[in-house]
Amino acid sequence: MSSRGLVYLIPIAVIAIFWAMAVWEKRRGLDDPSRKGFVQQNGILLSTFFVLAVAFWTLFLVVLPYMYMVQESFHPSLWPKDRGGPKDVLTLEHYKYFIYGLQTGTEASYNVTHLYAFWKTLLISLCVTFANFCLCYPLAYYLAQSAGPQKLRLLLIALIVPFWVNEILRAFAFRVLLSSNGLINTALINMGLIDTSFDFLRADIGLYLGLSYAYLLIMVFPLYNGIEALDKNQIEAARDLGASWWRIHKDVVMPFAKPGIASGCTMVFMLAAGSLAAPQFLGGPNTLWFTSIVYDFFFQAFNWSRGSAYAFILLLACIGFVLLVLRVFKVSLGEIAR
Amino acid sequence: MTSRLVYKLMTGFYLLIFFAYLFGPLAVMGVTAFNTPNYPTAYPFEAFTTKWFTALFNDRDMMEGLWNSVIIGIGVVCLAVPVGLAASIVMTQIYPRARSLYYLITVSPVLTPGVIIGISTVIFWKDFAETTGLKPYLYKGMILAIFGQASFICAYCMLIILARLQRFDRAQEEAALDLGASYPQVFWHILIPFLRPALFSAGIIAFLSSFENYNTTTFAILADKTLVTVLAGRVRQGTDPSLSALAVIIIAVSLVGAISYEILKRREERRALEAAARARAAERGEVALGGAVPTAA
Repeated sequence: MSSRGLVYLIPIAVIAIFWAMAVWEKRRGLDDPSRKGFVQQNGILLSTFFVLAVAFWTLFLVVLPYMYMVQESFHPSLWPKDRGGPKDVLTLEHYKYFIYGLQTGTEASYNVTHLYAFWKTLLISLCVTFANFCLCYPLAYYLAQSAGPQKLRLLLIALIVPFWVNEILRAFAFRVLLSSNGLINTALINMGLIDTSFDFLRADIGLYLGLSYAYLLIMVFPLYNGIEALDKNQIEAARDLGASWWRIHKDVVMPFAKPGIASGCTMVFMLAAGSLAAPQFLGGPNTLWFTSIVYDFFFQAFNWSRGSAYAFILLLACIGFVLLVLRVFKVSLGEIAR
Repeated sequence: MTSRLVYKLMTGFYLLIFFAYLFGPLAVMGVTAFNTPNYPTAYPFEAFTTKWFTALFNDRDMMEGLWNSVIIGIGVVCLAVPVGLAASIVMTQIYPRARSLYYLITVSPVLTPGVIIGISTVIFWKDFAETTGLKPYLYKGMILAIFGQASFICAYCMLIILARLQRFDRAQEEAALDLGASYPQVFWHILIPFLRPALFSAGIIAFLSSFENYNTTTFAILADKTLVTVLAGRVRQGTDPSLSALAVIIIAVSLVGAISYEILKRREERRALEAAARARAAERGEVALGGAVPTAA
């Protein structure tokens, strides 16, 4: 059995485990006796549709592609005719390549370019997440606690409209704004602050701005949802008891809005780390974003298995980050993905 | 008193900065769409022109991409809304022990970077199509784009529908069953009308998310093109004010959409208020007339 075939077996095993759990639960009598069976509750036709639709989605669109990508990353990159042949063995070469690069000499060396790009991607994403949190928290607090209903609705619409302009055009807007003869450079020169135009894109300022801008709304809404449910009286009480505004936020509002904060931060981090448009169009020539490396493996080197390996590394990093956030904020996954 | 004033001023200033950051770049881009220079320029404003809009409509690649985007969007809506409905119903009925695993699997595509979804879709469906011999039918950019996007858009739809489903009063279902309705009848005549607003917004969100997606689509689309991938190619080659013109159109459309949605919502609210008032009046009348129902309004 090749490893490719094995991928198809795993979901079947998982379904079997689910089934066994259901049977076990029934036998233990843990089930609420008034509960009806799934088929009984929905009728045979609808039950079939529900099960088929969910199975198609979870198996063919989610689980199988992911697992297929993971197993592909453990195969060497081969011509189509060699696939499944004797050369098609399981290997760690792509992961070794990520760490050590091409081993040309005898001495150990590291794949500095890619490791650095990986590190930089995560670090910048983290900074963007933090910056967006600082930028959006006051707005979310204002929307949730201070704004009247009329104003609230107006502000929400004002927030949503720019969001429907897609990512590429938003990146383009920043290029127009920051280009060497763009508005900002012209303004700075006319004010006499600089003599020659400053290359914002080369300095990666465009990238930081573009990333932060692209995910503002992703941060505002979870924060808003988190803070909105807080009873105004709690804030009043804290104020009456003499708490400073800083203490009110630190000890009353933020602990209450913790799930919202965790949710906003994870979403922004994931989207920033996995973003492709902003680094491609706003990154300086010396900036290598991790997803751009993956993109190049696919479209320039045609090395799909190495691209898969890199994608898997990125996925692991993102999962690690989510778990870390869950641990730090002590919230469950259900609270985050809403 | 003064501290209150300072607080107000600071809030106002902060809001100004925030929305300037939000709208500034778009406004500048909007101005460049009406200015004549070949390179998008906002200042100096040389002369007013609409030639970039004409250029946009004569751009064959762009129009083909737009057409493909619309087809993919419709495909995604047709796939994601029913699947999202099914998934949310399964979520409410699955036995509690399995719920957390089921939740993890169904929500994972929302948290996965789009690039990874695109790659995994292409790799899996290429081999699957080859093994099953369906390559000429399945391994196509448009179909893979629909599959890749549906992977996470189904989850959006599920979450939207689930939020409303959790407010569903089971007593309604019980009542219908007691009155002799069959389960499919309950589903079609009670559950679906109850979920209609959620299904509608799920459809809208699905279409818009599909339409503006780049990360997943750029891998899954293979040799075909959508509006967004054409745009990406253009921006990579260089800049041209017809892109600004496109952005102006998108902003205008979404503004009109947002405003009409707002008007609709206000009208609905007013109607609900009036209906409540009428119901109260009718109730009073009923009590006064001793059971004879007045035919008010």
